[in-house]
Amino acid sequence: MKGTKTFTTFQLTTLVLLRMLIGWHVLYEGISKLLIPNWSSAMFLKESQWILSGFSDWIISNSGVLQVVDFMNTWGLIAIGIGLILGLFTRLAAIAGATLLFIYYLNNPPLLGLTYNLPSEGNYLIVSKTLIEAVALLVLAVFPSGSEFGLDRYVTRFVKSKTKKEE
Amino acid sequence: MAQEEMAKKEKKSLSRRTLLKALAGIPVMGFFTFEAFRKINFDRDKRSRVIKELGLEDLKAPRILTVSSGKKGDLLRIGFIGYGNRAQQLSHSLGFMHPNEVKRREKNGTLTEWLEQEDLNVALTGICDVFDLHAETGLTTAKNEIRPGGNSGQSLPVKRYLSYQDLLNDKDIDAVIIATPDHHHAHITSEAVKAGKHVYCEKSIARTEDELYEVYDTVRNSDRVFQLGHQITQNVVFQQAKEIIKRDILGKICLVETTTNRNTASGAWIRHLDSDGNPKPGDEKSIDWLQWLGSRPYKPFTTDRFYNWTKWFDYDMGMIGQLFTHEFDAVNQLLRIGIPESAVASGGIYYWKDNREIPDVLHATFEYPKKEMTLTYSANLASSRQRGRVFNGHDASMELGGSLSITADWDSTKYREQLDRGIFDSSGPMISINPGSGGDVDAITSATAKYYAARGLTTTNINGRNVDVTHLHIKQWIDVIRNGGQTNANIERAFEEGVACVMANKSYLEKRRVEWDPINRRIV
Repeated sequence: MKGTKTFTTFQLTTLVLLRMLIGWHVLYEGISKLLIPNWSSAMFLKESQWILSGFSDWIISNSGVLQVVDFMNTWGLIAIGIGLILGLFTRLAAIAGATLLFIYYLNNPPLLGLTYNLPSEGNYLIVSKTLIEAVALLVLAVFPSGSEFGLDRYVTRFVKSKTKKEE
Repeated sequence: MAQEEMAKKEKKSLSRRTLLKALAGIPVMGFFTFEAFRKINFDRDKRSRVIKELGLEDLKAPRILTVSSGKKGDLLRIGFIGYGNRAQQLSHSLGFMHPNEVKRREKNGTLTEWLEQEDLNVALTGICDVFDLHAETGLTTAKNEIRPGGNSGQSLPVKRYLSYQDLLNDKDIDAVIIATPDHHHAHITSEAVKAGKHVYCEKSIARTEDELYEVYDTVRNSDRVFQLGHQITQNVVFQQAKEIIKRDILGKICLVETTTNRNTASGAWIRHLDSDGNPKPGDEKSIDWLQWLGSRPYKPFTTDRFYNWTKWFDYDMGMIGQLFTHEFDAVNQLLRIGIPESAVASGGIYYWKDNREIPDVLHATFEYPKKEMTLTYSANLASSRQRGRVFNGHDASMELGGSLSITADWDSTKYREQLDRGIFDSSGPMISINPGSGGDVDAITSATAKYYAARGLTTTNINGRNVDVTHLHIKQWIDVIRNGGQTNANIERAFEEGVACVMANKSYLEKRRVEWDPINRRIV
C-alpha cells in the first residue's frame, strides 16, 4: 500500500487509537438510539436553526421520510462505528462518518446569535466537538490505517488478487 | 538451506503478525459489547428499581386506541346550537369536517389521522346559529361526505333553525351540542333537557347562582345524559394520575396550584380581526343581534362585542369561566374536592387597556379545611411563562399537563431511605408518563430525558397515533346515551365547579371573601 508504509510505528499507533475511540463513540451513539423506545430524530431536527432548518422541517413534516431518516441514522452510526473499530472499509466509514457529523453540525452550529433549547455540555463558539470529530474523521480518511491495523488488510489483498487474476 | 529456512520462518512469523494486526479491532469490539451490555443492564435495573420501589410495576397504559366493540347502537341525530369556532372543532371530533378544512389537512398530512377516528354512528341534522355565515359553515360541514368510516353511516338531511327553540321543538333531533357564548349555556341546557334532548355543553355551565341552581335541578331531575365540555381529563395521563393519587405516591397533598399563562391578543380574547388585520365579517343584517343578546341588557351591535364577548361580565366570567373551569375539573376529577368552603379572588386590568371589564391578572384561593387542602389559581394574560399544574405532596410532587412527571421531595418521610440510598433523586423528575410513548410508566435516568420531561417536550407523538381528547369526551357522552352509565363531567361535577367559579367571580366583583353555606346551599 502506498502511504501507510511511510508511517512510523508511533504515528500509526496514534492513528489507530484515534480511529478506535471515534468508532467506539459513534457505535455507542447508534446503539443507544436503538435502545431508547420510540427514539426519533424529530426532537433534534426541530431545533435546527441554520441553513438546514428548512430541510429538517420537511423531514419532520413527512412521517415516512422521518422514519427512513431515523432508521438510516441509527444503523448508519452502528455500521460506521463497527467499520472504524474493526478497520473494515475504513476510508468509506471515515468519510461517511465525517459527512454525518458535519450534517449534525450544520443543523445546530454554535454561531453567534443562535440559541438552542437543548443544553450543551460545553462552551462553544463556531467550533464544536461535533465539528472537531468530523474533521478528525477526515484526517483518518486521508491517512488510512485500516490496511495495516484492521480487516482492510485482507480486503485490499483480496481486491489485489482479483485484479491480478483479471489482468 | 539454513538461509532458506530462516526466510521461511520469518515469513511465517510475519504472516502471524499480519493476522494479529488485521484483527486488532476484535478485542476492542469484544470490550465494547461487554461494556454496552453492562450499561444496558445497569439502566434497566435502575429504572425497574424506581418503579418497583413505588409499587407501579402493574401500572400499564390503558389501550384507549383500540376501536370499540363495534356495537354502535341506533343512529343518533345531533343538533348544534351555536356554530362558531369551537363548534367546528367539536364537529371534527364527532366525525364531520368542512371541505376547506379537509383540503388544509390533506396538505399538512393530518387528514388520514382524522379519517382513522372511530365512526360514532351519528348524523348532524340540525344547525342553529344567529349568524348566517356560521350557520352556512355548519350546513356545509354536515353535508360533507368525506367522513371517518368512509361515510358508511346513514346520511340524513340537515336543516338550519333560526332560533334554538325551533331546534329543540323538532322531535327528529335526539341530542344537542351547545357551543354558544356562555350566557346562553345554562338556560338552553335547561330548556333542552325539558324538551327531552341529551346535552353536551361547553364550559362554563352558568354565570350566576340562580342560573346554576336552575340548570342543576332540571338536569338532575331528568333522565337525560349531560356532559360538560372538559375533554382534557380524557387524556390517558389523567387515568394514570388518578391511579398515582389512589396509591398515595405523593403523600399528603395540602396545596394544589393551577395556572394560566398567555401572552397574545387572541389569548386575551381580542379576536375580531382576521390575520390581515381587517374586521371579521358580520353585521346586523346577517346576525340576529337581539337573539344573541338574549336576556342580557341591550348594547348596540359591534364586531368587537360579537367576537370578543369574553371581555364583559354580562356574557361570562372571564378567565374563571373560560380557563379555570378546566383547571377545577382536572383537580376535581383526581381529588374529588367538591365545593370549597370559602374563596377569595383579586386581580386587575394591568396590561390589556381596552374596553374590557374582565381582569387580565387574577388570583383565586379556595379553602378546603375539612380536606386540609388549599387550591390556588394564578392567571396572567401578559406573560407566557408556563407554570403548569402542580400537586404538592409531602413525599413527592406531581406536575400534570399533557404529560405527567413526579419528583420525589427532598424532605420526604416515606422515601427517606430510597433518597439516602440514591435510588430516588430529588433533583429532577423520577417518573414520567407521556402519551407519546404509549402512556407506559418510565423512570427517568438520563439528564436529557429529565430535561425533556421537565418541560413537557416528551409529549410529541410522531410515529404513534394522536388521539383527539374531545372525540373521546363526546364518545363517552354518546356511549352513556346508548348504554347507560355516568359521564365524567356529569351535572354533579358541573355543579361543584359552577359553585366554585361563581364564588371566585363574586369575590372578585364584591372585593370580599365569600363562603359556601352547605345547609342552605347558598353562597354567602
